[in-house]
Amino acid sequence: MDTFVAWILRAIPFGTIIMYGAMGEIITEKSGNLNLGVPGIMYLGGFAGFASAYLYENSVADPNMAFCVALALVCAFLASMAGGLIYSFLTISLRANQNVTGLALTTFGMGVANFFGVFILDGRTATQSLVYKTFQTRLPVLSELGVIGQMVFGYGFMAYAAVILAVVLHHILNHTRTGLNLRAVGENPATADAAGINVTRYKYLATCLGAGISGLGGLYYVLDYNQGIWATTGQIEALGWLAVALVIFTTWKPLNAIWGSYLFGMLYWLYQFLPTLMGFSVPGYVTDLIQMVPYLVTIAVLIVTSMRKKREDQPPASLGLAYFREER
Amino acid sequence: MEYAIELRHITKTFGSVVANHDVSLSVRKGEILSLLGENGSGKTTLMNMIAGIYYPDAGEILVEGKPVEIRGPKDAYACGIGMVHQHFKLIDVFTAAENIALVLDRREKYDLKAVKDKARAICERYRFDIDLDQKVYEMSVSQKQTLEIIKMLYHGAQLLILDEPTAVLTPQETEKLFAVMRNMKADGKSIIIITHKLHEVLAISDRVAILRKGEYAGTVETCAATEAMLTEMMVGKKVELNIERPEPVNPHLRLSVHNLSVTNAEGVKVLDRVTFEAFSGEILGIAGISGNGQKELLEAIAGLQAADKDSSVVYYPDDDRDSTAEQLIGKTPRDIRDLGVHLSFVPEDRLGMGLVGSMSMVDNMMLKSYNEGRSILTDRSAPRHLAEEIKEELGVVTPSIHTPVSRLSGGNVQKVLVGREIAAVPSVLMTAYAVRGLDIHTSYTIYRLLNEQKKKGVAILYVGEDLDVLIDLCDKILVLCGGRCNGLLDARSTTKEEVGLLMTQIKEQQEGGVA
Repeated sequence: MDTFVAWILRAIPFGTIIMYGAMGEIITEKSGNLNLGVPGIMYLGGFAGFASAYLYENSVADPNMAFCVALALVCAFLASMAGGLIYSFLTISLRANQNVTGLALTTFGMGVANFFGVFILDGRTATQSLVYKTFQTRLPVLSELGVIGQMVFGYGFMAYAAVILAVVLHHILNHTRTGLNLRAVGENPATADAAGINVTRYKYLATCLGAGISGLGGLYYVLDYNQGIWATTGQIEALGWLAVALVIFTTWKPLNAIWGSYLFGMLYWLYQFLPTLMGFSVPGYVTDLIQMVPYLVTIAVLIVTSMRKKREDQPPASLGLAYFREER
Repeated sequence: MEYAIELRHITKTFGSVVANHDVSLSVRKGEILSLLGENGSGKTTLMNMIAGIYYPDAGEILVEGKPVEIRGPKDAYACGIGMVHQHFKLIDVFTAAENIALVLDRREKYDLKAVKDKARAICERYRFDIDLDQKVYEMSVSQKQTLEIIKMLYHGAQLLILDEPTAVLTPQETEKLFAVMRNMKADGKSIIIITHKLHEVLAISDRVAILRKGEYAGTVETCAATEAMLTEMMVGKKVELNIERPEPVNPHLRLSVHNLSVTNAEGVKVLDRVTFEAFSGEILGIAGISGNGQKELLEAIAGLQAADKDSSVVYYPDDDRDSTAEQLIGKTPRDIRDLGVHLSFVPEDRLGMGLVGSMSMVDNMMLKSYNEGRSILTDRSAPRHLAEEIKEELGVVTPSIHTPVSRLSGGNVQKVLVGREIAAVPSVLMTAYAVRGLDIHTSYTIYRLLNEQKKKGVAILYVGEDLDVLIDLCDKILVLCGGRCNGLLDARSTTKEEVGLLMTQIKEQQEGGVA
């Protein structure tokens, strides 16, 4: 039982990181932009959030807790949006190839974050910082109500914010005019254009906001999951790709991202907990193979949805294609 | 008389191509106006200017007597103008109601239920039959069209433009559409319908406006019009082109097409029991409004389209007929090519078929020869010589034969394409729209090339658009209409009107088809 609880307690924070990444990417892809720069964007978000909070704490005598948290969130969001803006400008305005641009952005984000991470922070971390504690704060009373309380309420505020965001995004996409227009842009930009929708604006906004949301995943990784330490950042890349896979797994629906991300978390940590739970041990080289399971599940989902050919489960029809008004 | 819309002296050019020149026409309130014209006569361009897709270079548009500026689709909506395009502007994964809601005024509240209620009222008023909760991808073509019309009416269209609405409909669906159009007319709406089909023009419209080569050719009251008269207005007087036409020398049967039928992916018969023969040393012209089976006919012969059962295409490579006859149906495109039946197809976008835009002339020549020879390395010198030769002989203007062909002008691309097929010494050469978009001079070069092949004893199938050219260049003309063979004419004695009539109206099917 303890092992199982520990598994859940590991899987949900893990899932939260990729849920942010995936939600941002869903919004981006709904506008028809396939942004493979998610890992890079998560780096940017994680680094900007961490660095801003760290520098603020260390330069002010009496740091304000609320301001510090807000600063980290805003900086992470803005830095990620900047990444999305680079991508938007290249693919929407200049009509560069989306795949190439996305991959370049991943490399760029990793490079920037790691370079400045070493340069500015000089190997120091913010383990005992104010901001880390705030991000880690659990609900008082409720999180102490036994095993259930621990499993349901034992996480920092961003874990719950992610769930709320997923519900909000679901509502926006399916029950508002903005959502209808956004989906139209991703499905058939020419039709959206003829309906008087500003395709370029929708694509820019969706891509930049989507990048901002993805970047929060990086922030959550550094300040909560990784306990406020700017180290082992190499894992962000793996998480970013997992988020991209999760988008396919959810069939582009934010609500599916909630349980999908937790499932991915469970599957990712399968190697550590399942053997203990079942009472056997596996050699080290097998664990790497087991960590592949989320990707295998994604492939399985792709096979199933492709075979069922249900139109609602397909990616937006113009995903990956640049749009420009046809002139003769 | 009050007009719903008036166009005054509209001119529109695309680069150096004049699509509409000084066109003036008007639509009365509560009338159905047919807009008639050949392919490329500028009908759709003209309508696109009313719908806000294009903006006219000169001239003015008056809606209900007041001059208006239509700069985008939104302005058109605001003026009460709605256009149903040939390619529907619908989102497949949305329901009918969501598609209608997409164009709503942004300040209005987003309320699908209210949208449905209002749309349902419109359906009842004009007797549309549609399920508003159905997804578009589950709809038939006719249902999608109905949805487009409802969408336009929902947004308050007083003037409805239908771009070839019947092209995709069955006769029963067409009747239904006409009934709805009459309902709308009775309700005071004005309708412009673009069509090629003369009997539909006569059946539905009050007046007919005719465009010819981008210019306004006149408007007639439908009750006073006859098919012959409309055809003459549409095709115009014969223009003498002075294209050389050598007499066929010693023609032999080369290709015998019998009962060739093709059914497309949607289950529609696009080619229906076409039967004809092509002879060596002859140019057989194929006339027809585009989309009446020309493409399918050539592709079926070339093996690119699967033909239906009982179709037969027999090819006689030698003048001695029976010993070497080959059935082409069932052979692969490469086998057919190797036998000497070549297709040089020039689709709308020139580079779409036959040439790879990013590759040089040399590499494009290699596309047809890469698998020749026994060496594991491809032979690059032969294609290079061929490219040089084509450049020299046809006068292809290019900085070098190593320049990507997409950087060449349209005419030069076409020369490369036709040149390559001719260089392979075909015995049957099929060309489609070989002079589309070319200037006069280049067109004559292509005609000369074809005539040279003809003199060498090649059987040529020439799918063309310009009737003057067909009549002057070809020996015989086969007219396709609705995927059927609608007549085989002697080009030397036929008239433009005769061809035009056959193109627009299906003759009663004779027993055993038209010979």
